[in-house]
Amino acid sequence: MSDKVLYVAVAGQPNSGKSTMFNAMTGATARVGNYPGISVERTEGNVRLPDGTTIRLVDLPGTYSLTAYSQEEVIARNVIFNEKPDAVINLLDATSLERSLYLTLQTMEIGANVVIGLNMMDEVKKQHIHIDSEKLSALLGVPVVECCARRGMGADKLLEMARQQALARPETIEPLYISYGPDIDPVLEEFTAKIEAAGFMTERYPARWLAIKYLEEDEVIVAQGRKAGPLGQALEQRVAEVSAALQATRNTYPEAMIADYRYGFINGLTRQDVISREDDMRFNYSDKIDKVVTHRLLGPVIMCMLLYAMFYITFTLGAYPQGWVENLFALLGALVESALPEGLLRSMIVNGAIDGVGAVMSFTPLILLMFLMLVFLEDLGYMGRVAYMLDRVMQTFGLHGASVMPFIISGGLPGGCAVPGVMAARTLRSKRERLATIFTAPFMVCGAKTTAFIMLTAAFFPENPTRAMFIIVLLAWAFALLTALLLRKTVIRGASTPFIMELPPYRLPTLHGVLIHTWDRVWQYIKKAGTVILAVSILMWALMTFPELPEAEREAFEAQRRGIEQQARAHTGDGPSGQIAEGLITDALTAMDDAEAQASLLHTFAGRLGKGLEPVTQYAGFPWQANIALIGAFAAKEVFVSTMATTYSMNSAAEIEESTDLSKRLATDPAYTRPVVFSLIVFLLLYAPCLVTVVAIIRETSLGWGLFTLFGSLAFSYLVAVGVYQLSSLFF
Amino acid sequence: MTIINMRKMKVNQTGAIASIKADGALGRRIRDMGLINGAEIRIVGRAPLRDPVALRLRGYTLTLRNSEADFIFCEVKDSHE
Repeated sequence: MSDKVLYVAVAGQPNSGKSTMFNAMTGATARVGNYPGISVERTEGNVRLPDGTTIRLVDLPGTYSLTAYSQEEVIARNVIFNEKPDAVINLLDATSLERSLYLTLQTMEIGANVVIGLNMMDEVKKQHIHIDSEKLSALLGVPVVECCARRGMGADKLLEMARQQALARPETIEPLYISYGPDIDPVLEEFTAKIEAAGFMTERYPARWLAIKYLEEDEVIVAQGRKAGPLGQALEQRVAEVSAALQATRNTYPEAMIADYRYGFINGLTRQDVISREDDMRFNYSDKIDKVVTHRLLGPVIMCMLLYAMFYITFTLGAYPQGWVENLFALLGALVESALPEGLLRSMIVNGAIDGVGAVMSFTPLILLMFLMLVFLEDLGYMGRVAYMLDRVMQTFGLHGASVMPFIISGGLPGGCAVPGVMAARTLRSKRERLATIFTAPFMVCGAKTTAFIMLTAAFFPENPTRAMFIIVLLAWAFALLTALLLRKTVIRGASTPFIMELPPYRLPTLHGVLIHTWDRVWQYIKKAGTVILAVSILMWALMTFPELPEAEREAFEAQRRGIEQQARAHTGDGPSGQIAEGLITDALTAMDDAEAQASLLHTFAGRLGKGLEPVTQYAGFPWQANIALIGAFAAKEVFVSTMATTYSMNSAAEIEESTDLSKRLATDPAYTRPVVFSLIVFLLLYAPCLVTVVAIIRETSLGWGLFTLFGSLAFSYLVAVGVYQLSSLFF
Repeated sequence: MTIINMRKMKVNQTGAIASIKADGALGRRIRDMGLINGAEIRIVGRAPLRDPVALRLRGYTLTLRNSEADFIFCEVKDSHE
């Protein structure tokens, strides 16, 4: 019996089946979090071995290499250096053994205690590849376990080997030594000697590894070296000399040479009968599927149909559970309403907290459905093909092929939602393109904006509202793409991140894996609704409630109502005329209620802000009523229609036909000239993403970028609206 | 045997990488994915708009943009049909 806790990291390249294996090993204990300050997920879990040992497992980000090419690679190697795991399980896609071993070599060069898992052994056999895992183990001097993560095969053995390795671990493991040839090796020796003599960062990194990183011109290590001491500068200078010499004599760079020798080392391994196959250029089943799925004509057609189906399923099927959640919150609201006396507390709980959180929670079923399908298509390998097919178009606007999905989910087909859209941008590995996508995705016509546009188009384009709606959607795409281009030329300028990407073979995802990944994302969304959204909903409620109308004014409304009733009672007898009179009284009272609601709203902070903004918004042509509605719609865009109704004092008139009545009211309002309408529509399309989206953006990127998106798009939309108003005023 | 730019290669054509002119992040990425001198490749397809290009090497499929393929030169057999 031992009650030791061992710490084991799981490393592997993307699409190596690392997550599937991790789930197979940890079962339900896995917990997803983020590495501090960045949106790279960190998953941990515990396993108890039969002998009583507990293993704490951490899933490293999937990377092809351990250079400083991406954030993920730096994180993966930092975990190994900083947290010093007792062992590192390195999962390999055995169908592309050579490329997979590239990461293994680098992990071993660090001096990690490696256990190799050869995954996808079932596919290896199917493809008539033979791998001699014992030979591989002997040549590399580390245990090698054959696995098939999809069936959970090899999980126990991997853990057992990791335990044995961890316990047998000598004080320090000798890092793997690879010879980099007559040009590089002497320089490495020279560097290693200097580094050891000066004790230069050796408390953290092995000396020879540091020497290699200097020759690779690894930005992270070089930057650390500058702070660590004068040797850093000296080494940089030597690297420049060596690099110049290599370019002159061999027409290559040290970094390229190192990579050549690493792959040479791998070829040396595999040539010793470790692997034999008929023909590694042979087309496999995936290439055959791709002949159709990425076909010049068929490919885009299939893609459009699939995207449309996904969209349709999410927002048609999702509407039912969405309705249930809404009803649940309505019921909860009614319950609280009946349990509490009328007053501010009740209003805050019902209209602030329950309505606000309910509006957000009602999107949960949509997000769940959307991510179920998205995760499935991603794990299947299809999303890579979408990026591949659309990259040429997106590239023109400084975006990436994988930007399409976030756009569509956000409402590229009207009715989406920017929150899952922003979250879907996670599939984008390149930072600049990802930020541009996240900034512009909320321009799309989300479901909430759709309600507002339906109301506006019905009011102002009654002859053909469908065409107007279609133009609005096209406008959304045009603005999103052009703004992305503008951003990529200014704020996030810079060369596009290399597209170079693996097209993994199609593999049917496991149900378990899809469910786990989906639930992780949905749960993060729910947690947010319970915390941040709750707080801000109450704040928005307060802005639209306080300060209340002074007692005297409320009294005045009350007096008028009493007056109407008294007058009416004096005139009314029984009989049919009495009933008609009753109706008139109700109408008069409702009108009075609406007038009071309007006066109250105007008196609040939000109302004053809307009215106070008139001098600014007059250049874009908005009346103050629209200002207030736009402020309210920041909490959730659905609020636009209901707040507009309140500002035109017709809230309680007929709640069911609110939008139709409001359309009629606006259509007859002379304030809404064509230029005003155009400018309002454009502004509504582009202005600040709703609160929930802003929170999602902050979560996915940073506070700074979230605020930039908020105020940036606000400023941008204002300028565009002013432009539209002023220009179209010349024509209408 | 002639050396041509990868962009000029046709679908189904095979070749061996002769040289890679990229450095920095792009060069690093290209090499990390196994595209190094001597590696054998076969073009498996092009996206509907003729960019990016998909190729097969070392038992897997890789895609890259034409603008990235421009840095890669391959040795191909003269008589391909």
